[in-house]
Amino acid sequence: MISLAGRDILHSWGKFVFTGIGLGLLIGVTLVMAGVYRGMVEDAKVLLDNSRADLWVVQKDTLGPYAESSSVYDDLWRSIAALPGVARAANITYLTMQVRKGDTDVRAMVTGIVASGPGSPGWPPYLVAGRQITRSHYEAVADIATGFKLGDRIRIRRNEYTVVGLTRRMVSSSGDPMVFIPLKDAQEAQFLKDNDAILMQRRRTAATPAFDQPALPGLLDAVVATQTANNFVNAILVQVKADHDPEEVAEPIRRWKRLQVYDRAQMERILVGKLIATSARQIGMFLAILAIVSAAIVAFIIYTLTMDKIREIAVLKLIGTRNRTIAGLILQQAIALGIIGFVVGKISATFAAPMFPKYVLLMPLDSVAGFFAVLIICVLASVIAIRIALRVDPAEAIGG
Amino acid sequence: MKQLPLQRRTLALLAVVAPLLALFVHVALRSGPLSPVPVTAITVKQRAIAPALFGTGTVEARYTYRIGPTYAGRVLRLDVHVGDRVTAGQVLGEMDPVDLDDRIRAQDAGLKRAGAALLEAEARSAFARAQFRRYEDLLPGGSVSEEMVAIKAQERQIAEAALTGAREEIARIRADREALLTQRANLRLIAPVDGLVIARDADPGTTVVAGQPVVEVIDPRHYWIDTRFDQISASGLQAGLDARIVLRSRSTEPFTARVLRVEPRADAVTEEILAKVVFTDLPQDLPPLGELAEVTVALPPLPAAPVIPNASIKRVDGQLGVWLIKEDDVLEFAPVSLGAADLDGHVQISRGLKMGDRVVVYSGKSLSAKTRIHVTERLTEASP
Repeated sequence: MISLAGRDILHSWGKFVFTGIGLGLLIGVTLVMAGVYRGMVEDAKVLLDNSRADLWVVQKDTLGPYAESSSVYDDLWRSIAALPGVARAANITYLTMQVRKGDTDVRAMVTGIVASGPGSPGWPPYLVAGRQITRSHYEAVADIATGFKLGDRIRIRRNEYTVVGLTRRMVSSSGDPMVFIPLKDAQEAQFLKDNDAILMQRRRTAATPAFDQPALPGLLDAVVATQTANNFVNAILVQVKADHDPEEVAEPIRRWKRLQVYDRAQMERILVGKLIATSARQIGMFLAILAIVSAAIVAFIIYTLTMDKIREIAVLKLIGTRNRTIAGLILQQAIALGIIGFVVGKISATFAAPMFPKYVLLMPLDSVAGFFAVLIICVLASVIAIRIALRVDPAEAIGG
Repeated sequence: MKQLPLQRRTLALLAVVAPLLALFVHVALRSGPLSPVPVTAITVKQRAIAPALFGTGTVEARYTYRIGPTYAGRVLRLDVHVGDRVTAGQVLGEMDPVDLDDRIRAQDAGLKRAGAALLEAEARSAFARAQFRRYEDLLPGGSVSEEMVAIKAQERQIAEAALTGAREEIARIRADREALLTQRANLRLIAPVDGLVIARDADPGTTVVAGQPVVEVIDPRHYWIDTRFDQISASGLQAGLDARIVLRSRSTEPFTARVLRVEPRADAVTEEILAKVVFTDLPQDLPPLGELAEVTVALPPLPAAPVIPNASIKRVDGQLGVWLIKEDDVLEFAPVSLGAADLDGHVQISRGLKMGDRVVVYSGKSLSAKTRIHVTERLTEASP
């Protein structure tokens, strides 16, 4: 038996294929939109993964360090490292700022890491070029998305840093690439005011009679020195020993150190549920609208294709073709169209994804779900067309 | 003949659909989470490394002399300005003596008066001695009573005591005057060494408290860098090691130097070890005090050992190690013990790896034992 659908497609294959490609681009956009949503969630998760922490110790009553600002003293890690069940504890600072290179600047999250060597909490877990930081000052490892190259000199506040290593997919929860620098430099960068502000502060201090006492000549200098020093960090990353439950380690810190502690699951809830919730819903809404529009367009296309050959269908009916065969013709065409559309969509989405400024994650499961959604939409759309085709009067084949 | 257009159409359709399908299969398998992770590999080699330590510090003078009055007072004059070279013993300025000169003059007058008093006492004493001798001569003749002689003897003793008193009074006044002169000299601000004036904290007319510095002088032949090393990466730091100083204002010309001493006390708050690093040859144009300097201290080179780049070190399940590439690009995690490292990112492995092992250096993603990998030359365009 010859395939009616196949013959019909071959009859005007150009039109069919181009319709399929057009549809495919639409499906591609929908897939990319799903990828954008997945990418946002992934950005939040990858930030947590890359920090390699089991627990985040932050300022009491804050959602820090990512969703809210938090500062804790930089010597607290010692008492936390001594708690039972703690394998490693390390200070960390995060500061989103413009990092300057020459005349350009790049928005990046500057992360201050303790110089305790690769594999420590907070360190980039893998590199794509260069090496990890070895000096305790003025070296940086940058994400490749910043556009920096090895050996570049970048400027953070008033110090210049040499880029010694590059990473990939080290981003903040809002997708800004990360730049890792030694903790002491980062502490300084975070709290260092510009020179004018420092001078003004010095003058103000000098004008305070309590600090400028002639009988105590060194007092003013000491006060100024304490004003420019910074001994805060944003969080302490804690890795828990293998045989301990993170919650069991977190409880004494909350209770006795009076600090807030989040574990991985709580942190993920904060990031995904609070930090990116609105923008994720925005994308989700857009995705839903796009899916509905795509479905409507598929339905229209199949309807139009059917209407185009309504005369031929009438002839088929006239020569006594069974309804099943006619329905099969339309259904097969709709499904073929859907498959071409999906294939084109998947290909275009994959090639378009890296061009987006933020991360677009195309999950295989999303593609599979998309494939079945496309098929279902095609089948449903063809149902309308089939109803029309079956109701056509065979007389139309000869009549007007 | 009739079949041909159909066949041509079929061929054309195939020509469109087949590459599309091929592309689809490629896309589905080679991108996204299913695709193999690109990695670069390195073979573990025996290599000697020269570890080094890196710290930052500020340029400081080894000796600083804060010169000021020992009593509260007012600055009378100050002859030197910041940047002036001074020699040892040079008078830099003077404090206002207030009434000190008047008191010295009073002591001068007192001295003269005491001189006059001495003359008087000497005259009295000479007369008393003569009188006594005379009466003593007359006593054997009986023309004077014994009592009169005793009176004259007493008068002589009193006159001599008065003479001694007058002499001592002169010594006292002279000593008082000396003291005032010393105090007067103490008001002069004098350079203790050949040096360089770095601060002029008060101008003439200013009142300063005792001990408050008016002028600060440093010894320009002795500069050092007050260097701070992070405690976590300062093993092996000791006096006598060779070092290299890069000043912030002259980042292109490093200076040779040497570690003078490691401070016995570390900074507990900033978790740093402090050391003093001195220039081998002090630069001709002296760096400003307080300038930031980067110090690299070279540690003795170590014998050859298996070396890997620090980018390949990972922590998996709480253990430091590296990903070994086995047969057929299968990954296996090998825990290692790290030895010394240098500043260029080479790390010696003391245990866990052997020569010729292939180790993952860079990867496009975090790896696990199940990751499919694909070994390439490089992951970025510009990487070495």
